[in-house]
Amino acid sequence: MTTMAAGAGAQDTTAHEADFDAAVAADERIEPRDWMPDAYRATLVRQIAQHAHSEIIGMQPEANWITRAPSLRRKAILMAKVQDEAGHGLYLYSAAETLGTGRDELLDKLHSGRQKYSSIFNYPTLTWADVGAIGWLVDGAAITNQVPLCRCSYGPYARAMVRICKEESFHQRQGYELLLALSRGTEAQHAMAQDAVDRWWWPSLMMFGPPDAESAHSAQSMAWKIKRHSNDELRQRFVDICVPQAASLGLTLPDPGLRWNEERGRHDFGAIDWTEFQEVLRGNGPCNDQRIGQRRRAHEEGAWVREAAAAYAAKHGKATA
Amino acid sequence: MNGASVTVGEAPLATAALALGDDALVLSHRLGEWAGHAPVLEEEVALANIALDLLGQARTLLSLAGDEDELAYLREERSFRNAQLVEQPNGDFARTIARQLFFSIHQHLLYGQLAAGDGPFAPLAGKAVKEVAYHRDHAEQWTLRLGDGTEESHARMQSALDGLWRYTGELFEPVEGLAVDRAALREGWLAAVTEVVERATLRMPDGPQTGAWTAGAGRQGIHTESFGRMLAEMQHLHRSHPGASW
Repeated sequence: MTTMAAGAGAQDTTAHEADFDAAVAADERIEPRDWMPDAYRATLVRQIAQHAHSEIIGMQPEANWITRAPSLRRKAILMAKVQDEAGHGLYLYSAAETLGTGRDELLDKLHSGRQKYSSIFNYPTLTWADVGAIGWLVDGAAITNQVPLCRCSYGPYARAMVRICKEESFHQRQGYELLLALSRGTEAQHAMAQDAVDRWWWPSLMMFGPPDAESAHSAQSMAWKIKRHSNDELRQRFVDICVPQAASLGLTLPDPGLRWNEERGRHDFGAIDWTEFQEVLRGNGPCNDQRIGQRRRAHEEGAWVREAAAAYAAKHGKATA
Repeated sequence: MNGASVTVGEAPLATAALALGDDALVLSHRLGEWAGHAPVLEEEVALANIALDLLGQARTLLSLAGDEDELAYLREERSFRNAQLVEQPNGDFARTIARQLFFSIHQHLLYGQLAAGDGPFAPLAGKAVKEVAYHRDHAEQWTLRLGDGTEESHARMQSALDGLWRYTGELFEPVEGLAVDRAALREGWLAAVTEVVERATLRMPDGPQTGAWTAGAGRQGIHTESFGRMLAEMQHLHRSHPGASW
């Protein structure tokens, strides 16, 4: 276990803090056994857990279409993607566990609503095209957010992100390719793709979090090099990437305020409905109850299986399956 | 393409490819239904992994018989050739594991035989047998844990084995175009299942292996009630857009 500040004298803490600050300033990685400020540890647990929960809850909107995928190739791609998400959840819970917490405890906090997951997964997948829109926009936004995390100051998180980002980029290309096939397909398929992009565009922009002025954790996280760029900067980057991609998809983005700003060399875009964002965060989005309900149910209905594995391990002295 | 149905070649190769391909396709679909519902995260990964392997096998096999998507999405219930075992609903985790145990031991032995021969299925079987060995190990390990776990898991596992037993006889019925030693298959399967079941402190089911339907019914396109509903869900989107590509 790591040497916690508890029990150490005030002077020791100050010395530790100076070492920690110097390591962060020098872009060195903080590792599980290194001293770290309690607040740094708490912030990382919160962020990594929320990230892990998002992977797990995020399986649901896509798994919703596994049994209805319209071709065997698409079905295989979608199954592989949902499987990857479970795997990402596992990496991230492991990264969180290096900070002295346990997966069971984190899942318990998810199930009781004490820890959050990304608000985007509270939106429903209503057509097959939503699977493509999630890949292109939601995974695209996630990658924009997560690539800088590969350089995060906390080593285990940064290393998990390197692996996750590789797979996410692959998913994002697959989502784009799915939408392209629809966009170039029949009239009905094209309309399905456009409708999905219309519904997922704004929620994707909300994935970057509140505007910089209202972001509670941003300044501290940037000082600790957990975060490398502000919410608004990443959101802008994402918009600039998506506009030409939408054009090559032959689809439009549902924002009349979207236009190139020659002076800034970036796109201007319309105002985000932050009321909707807050409502979804508060649990009042379209699928909040459904998502958490399914997660709880899977956990509760699986309790006897986990108990069986534990009882077997106790009898036979082996790790569980 | 009129979207209504599709005709299938009657050649023995196509018949056999459809039987094996439909087994893999339908079981893969059932396992896909678990996504997001598994008892533990590791099982989300494992069940999806097995489903993907089976789907890969199904695609290769169906392609030997025709166009994979036409065969999967445009045949009606009476034209599917899978054994009734693989279409059985997931039920609880024990039921899913019992289905996997019965099927994967069978598939492992069958593919072992096919891989050793020089028939048209040898290349596929040679590759797939490695995947199926993993599926079999997964099912056996869980049978042991559930059987020899808690009182509740023991009861559930026993009930699952008993409930699915009547669907196992069909696995050993002759399939046209499939040159295997069925007696050896049956003997090897029974020995392997018995060994795991007893080690798991469970008892072998003692009812008939054919149930109310004559054995081989699934291979003749006679299925159980839940299968039509499964196909309705699987085929709906594809059938709603005749001729579209995805």
